[in-house]
Amino acid sequence: MSHTTHDDALLQVRNLEKHFKVDAGWIASILQSVSGDDPDYVHAVDGVSFDLRRGETLGLAGESGCGKTTTGMSLVKLHEPTGGDIHYNGQSLNDATDAELKEFRQNAQMIFQDPFESLNPRMTVYDTVAEPLRIHNITNETARVQRALEFAELLPAEQYFDQYPHELSGGQRQRVAIARALVLDPDFIVADEPVSMLDVSLRAGVLSLLERMTDEFGLSVVYISHDLSLLRHMCDRLAIMYMGKIVEKGPTDQIIENPQHPYTQALINAVPVPEPNVGRERVELAGEVGDVIDIPSGCRFKSRCPDYIGDVCDQVVPPLEEKAHVEGEQAVACHLYESVDGTDPAEAFRQGQSVSASGDGPESTPADD
Amino acid sequence: MAQEESTRSSVFADVEEVSSSDEINKWARTARLWRETLKEHWSLLTDELSVRLSMLMVAFFVLVAIFAPFLAPNPPLERQYQTEDQILIEKWAEPSIVGGDSGYLLGTTAEGFDIFSQLIFGTRAALLVGIIAAVFTAGIGTMVGLVAGYYGGTVDDALMRLVDFLYGMPLLPTVIILVALLGPSLWNIILAVIILQWRATARVIRSQALSLRERPFVKAAQVAGASDWHIISRHLAPNVLPMSFLYGSFAIAWAILTEAGVSFIGLGDPNTVSWGTMLQASRAYSALSFGAWWWFVPPGICIGLLVISGFLIGRGYEEITNPKLQ
Ligand SMILES: Nc1ncnc2c1ncn2[C@@H]1O[C@H](COP(=O)(O)OP(=O)(O)OP(=O)(O)O)[C@@H](O)[C@H]1O
Ligand code: SF4
Ligand SMILES: [Mg+2]
Repeated sequence: MSHTTHDDALLQVRNLEKHFKVDAGWIASILQSVSGDDPDYVHAVDGVSFDLRRGETLGLAGESGCGKTTTGMSLVKLHEPTGGDIHYNGQSLNDATDAELKEFRQNAQMIFQDPFESLNPRMTVYDTVAEPLRIHNITNETARVQRALEFAELLPAEQYFDQYPHELSGGQRQRVAIARALVLDPDFIVADEPVSMLDVSLRAGVLSLLERMTDEFGLSVVYISHDLSLLRHMCDRLAIMYMGKIVEKGPTDQIIENPQHPYTQALINAVPVPEPNVGRERVELAGEVGDVIDIPSGCRFKSRCPDYIGDVCDQVVPPLEEKAHVEGEQAVACHLYESVDGTDPAEAFRQGQSVSASGDGPESTPADD
Repeated sequence: MAQEESTRSSVFADVEEVSSSDEINKWARTARLWRETLKEHWSLLTDELSVRLSMLMVAFFVLVAIFAPFLAPNPPLERQYQTEDQILIEKWAEPSIVGGDSGYLLGTTAEGFDIFSQLIFGTRAALLVGIIAAVFTAGIGTMVGLVAGYYGGTVDDALMRLVDFLYGMPLLPTVIILVALLGPSLWNIILAVIILQWRATARVIRSQALSLRERPFVKAAQVAGASDWHIISRHLAPNVLPMSFLYGSFAIAWAILTEAGVSFIGLGDPNTVSWGTMLQASRAYSALSFGAWWWFVPPGICIGLLVISGFLIGRGYEEITNPKLQ
């Protein structure tokens, strides 16, 4: 596996898993415990590893349901991971003390997709933005709230103090949400499709606000979206997710211009390309996303993959690794390419089959976990 | 801030330290916001004529209950004897209001009690039962519903099984049995009503809390590090409060009806006059067949007026709780 740990990694996500028990109701769960059946799990996030560096914007892309939101919520501890770990400033969150968790909470914030839902309808703008300060007993409330609102370009700030969310437009609400996320002066922010519910005309303003956060104040941002052209504009690096796993990650330009994974290629071809001279054939994403409860063996993309190369795809989970033919830190999870140490997965599989044991590390054992 | 060693600049780098007017400002602001909210609710509520009339009606009954000793010409449970020979003569006295020359506005009962005075003191019992039962019904139901809905899982399962169990019991018969077991007193009636009534509030509030806890604004508070109690009290409670009020105002009406029902079958508090015990006494003395309508019609009307007022105010509040109107 290829985790080049950067010195300036703020967050290190290692093999993060979040499985949700399929809620079948209490009668079914009693029946299950009597009959000894295992309950079903939705494999929302299924072994994801990446670093978030200081001051960078990392994009998480992928189709609906691939686990982007679940990953983002796990990053800010809205979900307790069912496996793996997150390190914050080198400190594991799994065995963090209460005090450490509190400090983490002060430094991890999230902006949600729906600005109509992410503000309490019965709380004024002032109380909403001041709430994190009160929770963490931070003094100088009024001045800080005012500054946060000013940063979010809600001017004059005092005029917004006593307004209720229903008196604000969608764009203003999202700015209030941003002010609330900023008021604790966090290290990083997870922005889950922050403009997808806004009017197109309002998006640019909110986006430039998010850019100012990173440019002027060096915040790290995890930007979740399925709009690749937007991510291209916003992000330093990208991670492409499919069915709870990262299939490709690397610097944004490299991924957009030179996608390696067949899924990334399909995604990029599915979005309108802004430059007309970059001629690409358009591919519609055909087929259905696989079953997230009964995870298929081998590569999760195999049923939709145009480059399917037989048994190795069917049986071996492709590890996310750097490949021999791509420069830089781009990592791909696909058997098409030779890994950076020169092993050709398909070849190795054929040999492994004849020796009847393939020992390529944990990632490439057949997956029926 | 926490990351002293990090080099990045802060949005708040130049926010100067504590200004002393901070605290004062906050209280003034909070007070003003409460005033505005209450005013808004009040004007929404009193927008409708039926609600205004109902409120006047309830206010009237409240005044009557408060000033009962001054309004009632006689103690409610004192037999009206004729002064000289101590013989009970005012039995079945016809009401002076329709021309009887007894001197008793609504006549007297077969036992010689002044009906008008009983009616006035009965208001006290009705409001006492209604308001205490409603406060506890709404309070317990809201707390249980919030806790069950917010925590979910085993806590929720346990509490909701209890609610399901209570739902298996019909209101009036069970209250009757409970009161029969506990002994006939006004407090036991109130207790029995509370035990059986919080179930409806709990169930409704729980389902609201279940959906509220998944709302992004609750998630946002969790991200900020809010404790469970903070979320329940600041984010869930204010959003379910209109619903608790709604169930509370309906509970007033139900409690009064139940008390009347329990008293009517003879399990009322023998030392307290309520409209229900008046009806019960009139039935025991067969007032209907003797044509003594003045005995049972006034308490019936009072029960009807108060109960209908309660329901109408509840209905009016229901419109406020409908977020589409906000
Ligand atoms: N609380 C939950 N309980 C059960 N299943 C969940 C829960 N949250 C998410 N899931 C499931 O996990 C999978 C991933 O969901 P997630 O919301 O992370 O996807 P997403 O990539 O954000 O999709 P979208 O682009 O639609 O927002 C989905 O199949 C979803 O149904
Ligand atoms: S591993 Fe095989 S199925 Fe999966 S993306 Fe690569 S070629 Fe396609
Ligand atoms: Mg999502």
